Amino acid sequence: MKNGSLIFGALLSVLVIIAAGVSFLWVPFDITQLSIPDKLQTPNKIHWLGTDHFGRDILSMIMIGARTSLAVALLAVGIGFSIGVPLGLAAAARKNSLIDEVIMRTNDLIFAFPSLVIAILITALFGAGAMNAIIAIGIFNIPVFARVSRGAALSLWQKEFILAARVSGKSDFLISAEHILPNIANLLIVQGTIQFSLGILAEAGLSYVGLGTQPPIPSWGRMLADAQTMVSFAPHLAIIPGTAIIVTVLGLNLMGDGLRDILDPRVRKSRE
Amino acid sequence: MISLCLASVIIFTIVEIAPGDPASFMLGINAQEDTITALRAELGLDQDKLSRYFSWISGMVQGDFGTSYTYRSPISNMIADRIWVSLPLALYALVISTLIAFPAGIYAATQRGKVGDVAVMGATQFGIAIPNFWFAMILVVIFALKLRWFSAGGFVEWENGIFQSIKSLTLPAIALALPQASILSRVMRSALIETLSEDYIRTARAKGFGKRAVIWRHALRNALIPVLTIIGLQFSFLLAGAIIIEQVFFLPGLGRLVFQAITQRDLIVVESVVMLLVFAVITVNFIVDIAYAIADPRLRRRV
Repeated sequence: MKNGSLIFGALLSVLVIIAAGVSFLWVPFDITQLSIPDKLQTPNKIHWLGTDHFGRDILSMIMIGARTSLAVALLAVGIGFSIGVPLGLAAAARKNSLIDEVIMRTNDLIFAFPSLVIAILITALFGAGAMNAIIAIGIFNIPVFARVSRGAALSLWQKEFILAARVSGKSDFLISAEHILPNIANLLIVQGTIQFSLGILAEAGLSYVGLGTQPPIPSWGRMLADAQTMVSFAPHLAIIPGTAIIVTVLGLNLMGDGLRDILDPRVRKSRE
Repeated sequence: MISLCLASVIIFTIVEIAPGDPASFMLGINAQEDTITALRAELGLDQDKLSRYFSWISGMVQGDFGTSYTYRSPISNMIADRIWVSLPLALYALVISTLIAFPAGIYAATQRGKVGDVAVMGATQFGIAIPNFWFAMILVVIFALKLRWFSAGGFVEWENGIFQSIKSLTLPAIALALPQASILSRVMRSALIETLSEDYIRTARAKGFGKRAVIWRHALRNALIPVLTIIGLQFSFLLAGAIIIEQVFFLPGLGRLVFQAITQRDLIVVESVVMLLVFAVITVNFIVDIAYAIADPRLRRRV
């Protein structure tokens, strides 16, 4: 039971990843083929999840949409990770210096911005599309990773083994890369899973208002936007993509919680 | 204060470097070059960036947000109209979120590890994973289309009866509050569990206070600090999140104003509304800091 949430979360996540992966090789129906006579079918034997207003197979769209969601969220987390972690490590290595001050104050500033508003601003002004959505979501991941890595690194700098590395003449950069980073990797993985799930929600939100992934590429958020006018007589159009989002985010969050329990000894202790 | 200045520079820069000239956008693609130049001069777009920035900022400090490019009406009026939708919506959602989170979090903490705790925590996991605009759509289907308890969208102006206005904000507020209530319940629970393991709680228990009395009189107040932080943070999420929810319910709030302005390249409206939101967020964070001092006397000396 202790790892229940980890296993359940991992199962849900793997399910979504498999759906996305399989969609590269095979989907039940070609979604570029519109078939108006087959439109708005509820789930049945041929179309397992039904069809949309253009007669496209919803299962196929969900599978390809999984690809979009995962890719956008993964790249956005990648941006936050690859910029935020080095900044956080640099700030920790030069604690209370000018660099530390500048990095952390800039962080506070980005935190003060309502992230969704700015993401909408960026995608709206620079053109709606998956790429700008990735950048917009990614920017707000930077301070999160910077803060987590700085906080964790700060306590490590007090440890004896870091002191030993300093005495042996290693530069701050090498110490950060070779000793600090591997030791905070656990925390970063947990944070990464959480940010990943937030990224999925953010992408869905942006696509829903028409600023994220653009048609004809299927995206869960767009499917929900299309469903809105038809939800009264074809509720499955809204329920299915919504469930896909919930399953993915729930899976990632549960996995994150489970990983934290295993990887972070402090939490483990307090639970026992 | 410094963060406000920096924020204004960043917003101004983002909007400036964005492609699309408002003047040529307003006049359409067939506009003559000299008409565009004339309009640019009228809107003040021909001045250099620095002087435009300062006139924007100095105007804003005096409550003059400038004039909308598209509607030619003062932005402060446009914002004033719409803030009476967005602000009540955010506050309403905050109230709902708090009303759900406090009992749920306290209950889960007291039932720690038992069925009640697991059930509440499981529910919150769902609450966090559900996209609020999707939840909003489901609410509309159930409570507006099927049960017909609420209208599916739109807003009844405050002059037409406060009760009706609040009613038209109810579904949006519930949708907006759901994820925040889930997060807040979890924070409430863990904060309370942490304080309950403190020595002074054991002392109070040893002195013969009942569990209930200890929670209400000692633990809750001390658990309030992290909860207040999150409530403060959530207010900004609610104001911003309202943008998407307003789209679902066709509410004439700040969110719709921003969307209209963005599509019409009415940049000065976009700048002003975003700046206002950032100002609101920073102010709320400041108020939260003061609230700390009230909730926890120990912090007063440090401030």
